[in-house]
Amino acid sequence: MNSIILRTASNYLLPMLILFSVFVLLRGHYEPGGGFVGGLVAAIAFVLHSFAHGLKETRRFLRIHPGVFIPIGLSLSLISAVVPMFAGQSLMTGLWFNEPVPVIGLIGSALFFELGVYFVVFGVTLSMLFTITESV
Amino acid sequence: MTDPFIILPVLLHLLTAILLIFCWKKVRAQKIISVAGNLVIVLLAFGLWMKVWNLGILTMQGGGWEAPFGITFAADTLSATLMLLTGIAGLAVAIYSCAGITKNRIQFGYFPIVHFLLMGLNGAFLAGDIFNLYVWFEVIIISSFVLMTLGGRKPQLEGAINYVTMNLLASVIFLTAIGILYGLTGSLNMADLSIKIADIENRELVHVTAILFFVGFGIKSAVFPLYFWLPSSYNTPPSAIAAIFGGLLTKVGIYALMRVFTLIYIPDSFLKGVFLFVAGATLVTGALGALGKTDIRRLLSYLIICHIGYMLAGLALYTEQAMTGALFYLFHDIVIKTNLFLIAGLIYKIAGTYKMSELGGIYRRYPKLSLVMAAVFFSLVGIPPLSGFWPKLYLISESLNSGSYILLASILIASFITMYVIAKLWAEVFWKEPMVVTDLKAAGFDALSNFKKQLLVIPVIALTALTLYMGFGAQHIAVLAERISTELFHHQPYIDAVFEPKN
Repeated sequence: MNSIILRTASNYLLPMLILFSVFVLLRGHYEPGGGFVGGLVAAIAFVLHSFAHGLKETRRFLRIHPGVFIPIGLSLSLISAVVPMFAGQSLMTGLWFNEPVPVIGLIGSALFFELGVYFVVFGVTLSMLFTITESV
Repeated sequence: MTDPFIILPVLLHLLTAILLIFCWKKVRAQKIISVAGNLVIVLLAFGLWMKVWNLGILTMQGGGWEAPFGITFAADTLSATLMLLTGIAGLAVAIYSCAGITKNRIQFGYFPIVHFLLMGLNGAFLAGDIFNLYVWFEVIIISSFVLMTLGGRKPQLEGAINYVTMNLLASVIFLTAIGILYGLTGSLNMADLSIKIADIENRELVHVTAILFFVGFGIKSAVFPLYFWLPSSYNTPPSAIAAIFGGLLTKVGIYALMRVFTLIYIPDSFLKGVFLFVAGATLVTGALGALGKTDIRRLLSYLIICHIGYMLAGLALYTEQAMTGALFYLFHDIVIKTNLFLIAGLIYKIAGTYKMSELGGIYRRYPKLSLVMAAVFFSLVGIPPLSGFWPKLYLISESLNSGSYILLASILIASFITMYVIAKLWAEVFWKEPMVVTDLKAAGFDALSNFKKQLLVIPVIALTALTLYMGFGAQHIAVLAERISTELFHHQPYIDAVFEPKN
């Protein structure tokens, strides 16, 4: 798609969408949102970029293959689930830091689990869409 | 007893899968990681089995929420034994895959998916929560669907579509049953359901859910009349994959049936009648289906269906003795069906075809290997001291005791037809001179390096040794099966273990 409006807009939309995806991720603990939706929104940011600039450009911009995010995300989730076992508790028990972090609020192991989901969804969605786009 | 570490085999499969995804394109590293991971898991599963054997049922509450609100995992002797056998089968298949799976498939994620599949199996055996069981079933279906379609040839896709359609249908039925059950009792924990279901006023609805569970699990374990997906899908993927499917996938369905219909439901006479009919029909139709087949793997697929009937027969007779027989058969079947598909793969490597009419002369060329395979065939048929014989003895004597003569006849017919088809297979594949002399160098086995040959042969020999142990050491297996059978029928300790107060 060769439209100057889209190309210009996507340059501004990409950071905003990624920021929004992080907002959705953090919001997800008590309200609608979370890692899955956040990851999708982040993936959409790059898909939009590829529509405007072409897949090659997006790949260069992303530098690494999106598939790399899948094992990273999975390990994050696995670690956050296993950590309570080292503290003598059951798998996936929520552990919380005592001091709230400014802006975000209280952080617990659940956030890292969601962050893992975010990365996995991001990696999977982009890998699939890039592969489909290439084969069309 | 509470033990947070019973979940470790599941987590380790996940960890291995993650490591494998990190090495996506590195074929050699993947092989080493997968075999090493499986080895560790077998040792862990053996440790877990020893612990359960000595200390009794171990439980774990995911997230630290107490039952019935948390996600319960419970390892009783049945779960621990099946996890151990899954580990052994997984290890055998992983070693075999190092030489038996092409580089292309490995680069498209064969090993990680195998580990996700094994994770799903282990999770299903541990789940103490019926919804959790459903989730593990989904993990199993999705991974097996990917495994089945890797390679993307047309017959593979045809088979896979059959497979996934039937299994999704089964999942929908299973989920519907869970939904109704949750509406009735307000609980998903199996131990809790076991208590609550007795007090439900609306007995008709309870019976409906029981039938729904039976249909759902029945499709998954390929019982009559919904088994047609199995032969069409199991003969298309490479043999290593078919070995996991044949050895383990249908058995999860049987495991779920055994669990649900001893812990949650106590079948009434109508349901037992249905079980009896279905078991007999599965035995006879599966055996008849195997009769005219000329492709080794199609024949084996029908034998899987036929032999599912034995396990269902044990559940249908619903006595401790019969259940012991069914459990014995289950353990025997997991090992031997995995081995049979590996053997089919080996024959394919040697001769380059699965068609019995084109095969022949394997005994003359590989006498020692053929003898190993013969031991497996004899065990499958159930020649007296070997492992296929003992469980049938339990089942036959129990069906005599309970006067189920039609079931008895089906068991005998199925045994004889199995013997006939295996004898035919032996004569065609091993004794007869081949009709078409294939170019052996092109076919592959002789061209392989010595190390790769060993990778293919060692799993077969190891599983054969295990089968022989099950036959000659039958008293050990019988003691184990009897203990599990007692645990299944007297499930109060299971409920107590799940609801044990946290210390």
